[in-house]
Amino acid sequence: MVKYLGKRIFYIILTLFIVSTITFFLMKFMPGTPLTNQAKLTPGQIHQIYKQYGLDKPVWQQYLVYLAGVVHGNFGISFQFSNQAVSYLIGSRIGPSLIIGGQGMILGVLVGLVLGSLGAVKANTWIDTTSTIVSILLVSIPSFVLAVLLQYYLGLKLKWFPIADWGGFMYTVLPTLALAASPLAETARFMRTEMVDVLSSDYIELAKAKGLGKVGIIYHHALRNSLIPIITIIGPLTVNIMTGSMVVENIFSVPGIGEQFVKSVLTNDYPTIMGLTIVYCAMLCVVLLITDILYGLIDPRIRLSGNSN
Amino acid sequence: MENDKNILEVRNLKINFNTYAGTVKAIRDVSFDLRKGETLAIVGESGSGKTVTTRSIMGLNSPNAVIDGGTIMFKNQDLLKKTRKQMDEIRGNDIAEIFQDPMTSLDPTMKIGKQIAEPLIIHKGMKREKAYAQALEMMKLVGIENAEQRINNYPHQFSGGMRQRIVIAIALVNYPEILIADEPTTALDVTIQAQILDLMKELQAKINTSIIFITHDLGVVAGMADRVAVMYAGKIVEYGTVDEIFYNPKHPYTWGLLNSMPTMDTTGTELPSIPGTPPDLLDPPKGDAFAARNKYALEIDTKQEPPFFKVSDTHYAATWLLDPRAPKMTPPEQIIERQKHYAKLTHKTIDQHKDTHVEEQEEQL
Repeated sequence: MVKYLGKRIFYIILTLFIVSTITFFLMKFMPGTPLTNQAKLTPGQIHQIYKQYGLDKPVWQQYLVYLAGVVHGNFGISFQFSNQAVSYLIGSRIGPSLIIGGQGMILGVLVGLVLGSLGAVKANTWIDTTSTIVSILLVSIPSFVLAVLLQYYLGLKLKWFPIADWGGFMYTVLPTLALAASPLAETARFMRTEMVDVLSSDYIELAKAKGLGKVGIIYHHALRNSLIPIITIIGPLTVNIMTGSMVVENIFSVPGIGEQFVKSVLTNDYPTIMGLTIVYCAMLCVVLLITDILYGLIDPRIRLSGNSN
Repeated sequence: MENDKNILEVRNLKINFNTYAGTVKAIRDVSFDLRKGETLAIVGESGSGKTVTTRSIMGLNSPNAVIDGGTIMFKNQDLLKKTRKQMDEIRGNDIAEIFQDPMTSLDPTMKIGKQIAEPLIIHKGMKREKAYAQALEMMKLVGIENAEQRINNYPHQFSGGMRQRIVIAIALVNYPEILIADEPTTALDVTIQAQILDLMKELQAKINTSIIFITHDLGVVAGMADRVAVMYAGKIVEYGTVDEIFYNPKHPYTWGLLNSMPTMDTTGTELPSIPGTPPDLLDPPKGDAFAARNKYALEIDTKQEPPFFKVSDTHYAATWLLDPRAPKMTPPEQIIERQKHYAKLTHKTIDQHKDTHVEEQEEQL
């Protein structure tokens, strides 16, 4: 297990290196510079700023300098918020993003599992139909539309939750709901298909032949076996949440890294874009590592040889 | 008939399946008995209704199955009238089942110890430790070596033959009175097949259970069964003791089945087969369902369904060929060979009455 983890962490570092390299050069190929829209600056001033941030050096030198910084945990200085270190900016903003992202993921997956299982167990009844309609709706409505609808009805009309801003749990509810929609719908759809499949398998038939009741069959045999493929989609769902958060955080004015990322792209804030890309990438890598470990916990067939006899 | 000895009595069972294409008459009036401690083999082609019959005994037919009539009496109770909850109490306790494919019939994510202990926990209300101890005993009984260690293994860590032993252990752990074995060796290779069959016979003697053995492999039947029922198109067409069915078959369908089974005496290059395919049970044919494939068919076969004719006290066949008015037909050569063998068998063992009966038969032929 330790050997396996070490190997995986090495691959994660390799991935991060490749991703940061690609992002670095892609950004250099992007049209415009951080100072494109600063018409008031004279060429002399611009040159001075370039020199200050090291942008006057050849691209490969900039790359090496940047890489050396990253290894030491230094992501450079943000262009838009002068003199603030990118690592500090990210550190102070990652909290809200993790909260609404995590809440959205957990809520979406759990409700999705219940909805999908219900649909499968009560297949071809009104419960199944309702579950299918809910997941189709939630997967088709883009998160920004849902966000605005939530703001209007739950925030403005019913006044249950604050429309935007940040401060305490109540402020996290609407963004969490907006983010949970997509994982909820995806999980419900997958779970239903899987569960229907599992419920028609031979070992469920054997469980019935043992005299196990309906609840026992689902709880002891069907649930765990249906979960195996669901773990596979946790990775893509995390990506959904991440991209969703960029829009949702903007709509709800959540001071998170998603909102920060969009702002940085709009202002060509190279160090911040780079830093956030690496953070997003690292988060996804960790989620994938966790899902692989979960696989082993749930499915004995793919448990690592060191773990079983 | 002999009511005390019968543990299960199926009478006039009729089962239909509602499908988009219409109503499939899968079981069309099936009656049979199962006696205490015996093995009854039900043989027939795919789709003849073998499995549907036993599924009804278990109460596990698919939701679109409709019982159109009949009774299944077990311990003076009609299983067809029981609710799902009541059947849950019988399944795995009084009546257990072994399935065809051991590779898929065990839960891949559950340790086998727990899978074997489950019926004990469900039906006997046993505590975990006690159930596991008994599961361990059962594992030893079905011949799993190192049972103490292997009780914590998962199904994928066992071979196909071992898995079928585990499935048998699950089925027999509550010492059921009836064991339904639905082609339990079809998915196994031949040497393992023989081991599993031996094991089943051995355990049957030990716990005195009755077995309904479903198969299309007549070779397996010969070594396993006490009595045989031959099914065709949702009906039993002939039943009798294993010797009667193998060596003195009366129904042309049984002839066909026996002829298409290779034996040590089989010569020539081509193995005979029964021409054609089973009838469409959406619209069962009038008269004898086998008539269209039967070269011995009489005119009446297409008009009226044959009743059961008595061959001996234990042997009945539903074919017009046994009617006194029927023209004399000579069965296929191999069947005559078999009947000669049967004559020898009966001369050796059976009483005078049966002897004369067989001679009568031979005269007739």
